[in-house]
Amino acid sequence: MTEGYRHDVPGGAAWSLTLRRGSTLRLEALGTDAVASMLLFAAANPGERLNVPDTLKAQMSARITPPMVLMSDLGRALASVTGSSLDWHDAITGHSIDADLDRFGPSDYGRDRNGWRRSARSLLLDELYVHGLGERDLHACVNFFAKVAPASGERAALAYAPGHAGTGDWVRLRAELDLLVVLATAPHPLDPAPHWDPAPVRADVAAGEPGPIPADDPSMTFRAESARALAAAERSLL
Amino acid sequence: MTGTRETLRLLDVTVAAGDGWIGEIPAGGRLRIVDLHGNQAVDTLIYDARDTANRYSAVDTVRAQGAVYLTTGSVLRSVRHDPLATIVDDTCGRHDTLGGACAKESNVVRYGEHTRHQHACRATFLRYAVTYGLDKRDLTHNINFFMNVPVTPDGGLTFADGVSAPGKHVELRAERDILVLISNCPQLNNPCNGYDPTPVRLLGWAR
Repeated sequence: MTEGYRHDVPGGAAWSLTLRRGSTLRLEALGTDAVASMLLFAAANPGERLNVPDTLKAQMSARITPPMVLMSDLGRALASVTGSSLDWHDAITGHSIDADLDRFGPSDYGRDRNGWRRSARSLLLDELYVHGLGERDLHACVNFFAKVAPASGERAALAYAPGHAGTGDWVRLRAELDLLVVLATAPHPLDPAPHWDPAPVRADVAAGEPGPIPADDPSMTFRAESARALAAAERSLL
Repeated sequence: MTGTRETLRLLDVTVAAGDGWIGEIPAGGRLRIVDLHGNQAVDTLIYDARDTANRYSAVDTVRAQGAVYLTTGSVLRSVRHDPLATIVDDTCGRHDTLGGACAKESNVVRYGEHTRHQHACRATFLRYAVTYGLDKRDLTHNINFFMNVPVTPDGGLTFADGVSAPGKHVELRAERDILVLISNCPQLNNPCNGYDPTPVRLLGWAR
């Protein structure tokens, strides 16, 4: 069994990794209002990918929180959120786009070198291209560490919660299938901060046992729907 | 020139319960979806007809309007943040875009193995999508016209009985040439269509 490894993703950067079934990925915010906008694909077939509506409606939640299961569009558990210091991770407002950066003024590599400001969309696309994927594979991400809460009322107006995540906040995922994980650390698109100062995110990857999920695992006992998605992931590997 | 503007009727079709439809609406044209019997969920995807990679994005739309529900004035945005269409008339009041479309696979997750072989929206989407050269990679998170998906400030999300009624409609104006893909939801396991899928009528005008 190989040991795990650590990788610090700078703020405003993109990264991808493969995560074997049973392994865990722990993300830690290294600053206030860090964001990890994450896409998930089944490594064996990237046509199978995270489906946020299926994930939310099956578990009756408008936020991502432990011990929810992140589900694919083929009804399988991709990953379980096995722990977090935060009870809310946003999955309904998507990644930032280039227009979100307009207020910071022009930026390019010639001027800013590696401080070049890029949106999560731009970063995610570049990372997808590396894997032979592209715009058609972009899907609704999970914005780990961000909170955008709906208000009660006719439209369910949305409010971004500044300062929701601080240094040291963390979330841990367990891969339920072999995964391709693609993430970007640009600021949340609704973050009103006047200055570009995206926080880095620390990733700790640890190898784990790909065996069956115990019946008393919190993601198995959370809801019958969560257990069925985990069972589908398990069954597909027999 | 005064008086009502003459419009060219493009489209008048009835989509049977559980069936689908795909077609183009030219820029400036309008599409009205009529909930003939009430309580029906009309799962809808929209693409830039000239570049289908530029397609409806639920999260970009929700974020841009700063609210979860869609209604009159909502601009339906693409992944590139282009306006694809605007809701210009809505006698229902609100529409869901967080709940996604049912699939055989998600039915099994939600309701159990006995639902695996029931008809579901994503199969309908695909059946019509392939006629325009689209495939599974092109299916994204859709709009559920007339569907009621309450969300709460503490992060809850449920499905509830519809807020629609017989004859209610929603009308879109195309902001560019768009391709519209519809699955008239066959779901039998939750109240999105009152457990009774029914036909809807599509009316379209060129301008």
